Amino acid sequence: MPASDEEGGRMQRPSTTLSEAAPRFSAMTRTTAGLGSATAVSGAVTAVEAIDLVKRFGETVAVGGVSFSIPQGSVLGLLGPNGAGKTTLVRMLTTLSRPTSGTGLVGGHDIVKDPAAVRRSMGLTGQAATVDELLTGRENVRLIGRLYGLPMAYLRDTTDDLLERFRLSDAADRLAKTYSGGMRRRLDLAVSLVAAPPVLFLDEPTTGLDPRSRVELWDVLRDLVRDGTTLLLTTQYLEEADQLADQIVVIDRGRVIASGTPTQLKDEAGQASVVLTLKHAADLSRAEQLLRTCSPEVHAEQSSRRLTAQADGLGDMTRIADAFETSGIEVDDLGLKRPSLDDVFLHLTGRRAEADDQPTDDDASVTHGSKTEAGR
Amino acid sequence: MSTATQTRSPVPVEHRGLVQQSMTVVWRNLLHIRRMPEMLLDVTIQPVMFTLLFAYVFGGSIAVRGADYREFLLPGIMAQTIVFSCFVVAVGLTNDLAKGIVDRFKSLPMSRASVLVGRSVSSLIHSSIGILVMAITGLLIGWRMREGFANALLAFGLLLLFGFSMIWFGIWVGSLLQSVEAVQGFMFTVMFPLTFVANTFAPTGDMPSWLRVIAEWNPVSSLTQACRNLWGNGDPALADAAFPLQHPVVASVLWSVIITVIFAPLAMAAFRRRSRD
Repeated sequence: MPASDEEGGRMQRPSTTLSEAAPRFSAMTRTTAGLGSATAVSGAVTAVEAIDLVKRFGETVAVGGVSFSIPQGSVLGLLGPNGAGKTTLVRMLTTLSRPTSGTGLVGGHDIVKDPAAVRRSMGLTGQAATVDELLTGRENVRLIGRLYGLPMAYLRDTTDDLLERFRLSDAADRLAKTYSGGMRRRLDLAVSLVAAPPVLFLDEPTTGLDPRSRVELWDVLRDLVRDGTTLLLTTQYLEEADQLADQIVVIDRGRVIASGTPTQLKDEAGQASVVLTLKHAADLSRAEQLLRTCSPEVHAEQSSRRLTAQADGLGDMTRIADAFETSGIEVDDLGLKRPSLDDVFLHLTGRRAEADDQPTDDDASVTHGSKTEAGR
Repeated sequence: MSTATQTRSPVPVEHRGLVQQSMTVVWRNLLHIRRMPEMLLDVTIQPVMFTLLFAYVFGGSIAVRGADYREFLLPGIMAQTIVFSCFVVAVGLTNDLAKGIVDRFKSLPMSRASVLVGRSVSSLIHSSIGILVMAITGLLIGWRMREGFANALLAFGLLLLFGFSMIWFGIWVGSLLQSVEAVQGFMFTVMFPLTFVANTFAPTGDMPSWLRVIAEWNPVSSLTQACRNLWGNGDPALADAAFPLQHPVVASVLWSVIITVIFAPLAMAAFRRRSRD
């Protein structure tokens, strides 16, 4: 992603540079969400289509009639908590599991009637990195390439290219069991790409990765989309869907409960607010009065010395900052909070998304440490 | 961006059949053995230890007609080793299923049978290595093949045939059970009676009559008896022995066919069921 694009993205959508927890907006660098939006809008060819897919296991309805479509070259984020039916949907679309009813199209081929053609036109990276631990990185890629039927000479070159591209060249001849989590994921992805499938399914591609590896993987996925690959990715990480997807389908208990662009979903969840933490609890009531002069709705929390005020955007935030500067009330922290996809989920279901280990940008470095994955 | 889709160079794909795909899976499984030679312990060190244990510790107190105990012992140990090929296949398959490797294979445009064929062939190779090690050990401690080349070869053929039938049993167990630990627990429970309540380590003639019936109808006994006869390792069947011991070569073939006919469909159904949802 060239720097100019990043800048452009930030200019158009300042909200994405401000996280709810971290008001240090200069330190936050997010790239544009929705990479393939150009083709998504032009609505060219449909690469993947789910048509009323249903999957029952005995009495349990894992997927209860899900439909969506993904335009070629765009990214669909399938978002939902654990057990929502994301993996079952992916397994049906990738022909690993037969739908109880309904069907789907992948690359124009019917997943029920012509699973073999579907398998030829897609790649899958499953939930657990399914690399073969007793094979080297190179052997892993070659194994799958051979099973695809790629000619040896072609496969040799492709393997080198892929390992290079995923920064695994140095580790190419080491057993995969010595790889770090991030390297395994990259190898898994490299393996999925050996036959250059036009459609790629990724089931929770970054689950269990430390924040750095996660961001690296996002970059790799962005490159793929830029080269024209259609992605379907499932995630419990609301931020991840926001980062990568052009369209988000929110599923809960096997059903679609919302869909749209990340921006649409966020608009639906309500307004932005300014969150402000005071230095001294004693200033709370004074600060609350001051805020009421700038905003129609203010909440104060004594215990955390925190005030939340409804705000329209950066302009409001600047006004509030100025007002406090003049008043002399000391402020620890000030930030603009846009509704996150977590709020969207709460808004839609009345429950929080049950992603137990979702790291925020703030605590990531603390809770997940910073595992390095350089050649151990 | 839409042009990027078109400029992607098409990937040349050759058509490969079941045999080539299976051979690729075999290559991968054999690489595993090379990377983790301890996987071979079950068909090398273990049976060698059994051989030495029985030959030198228990052997002295087991009377055998027509041959030295060590000669008598070797066909039994070889039969036991080949029976354990189902153990190898079950553990390997459960591992691949649990780790998502089978899903990975199934998401590829390849024949799904090649996963099983590849697993079977590599397990047979695995067990054959064990048979080879046993033969060398046997030759070192005095075991000999005394009935000519053709008969010797036929005995090895019977071992492989029987191993092939047991592999279906292994695929069935591996597809039904969820973890390697469960497979190990189950297989030990089944394999020990199967390989010990037989003529493998002691003649059946001295067993209590009810046990003797079970032992003599045990397929492993037929295989062991066939190998003993074909290698000339003593202990010909008693006049009152059950039918399979009177005609051990035919019985071994029949048992192999019966086991395959029963377990191959069960195994394929279980594998399909396990890997479908």
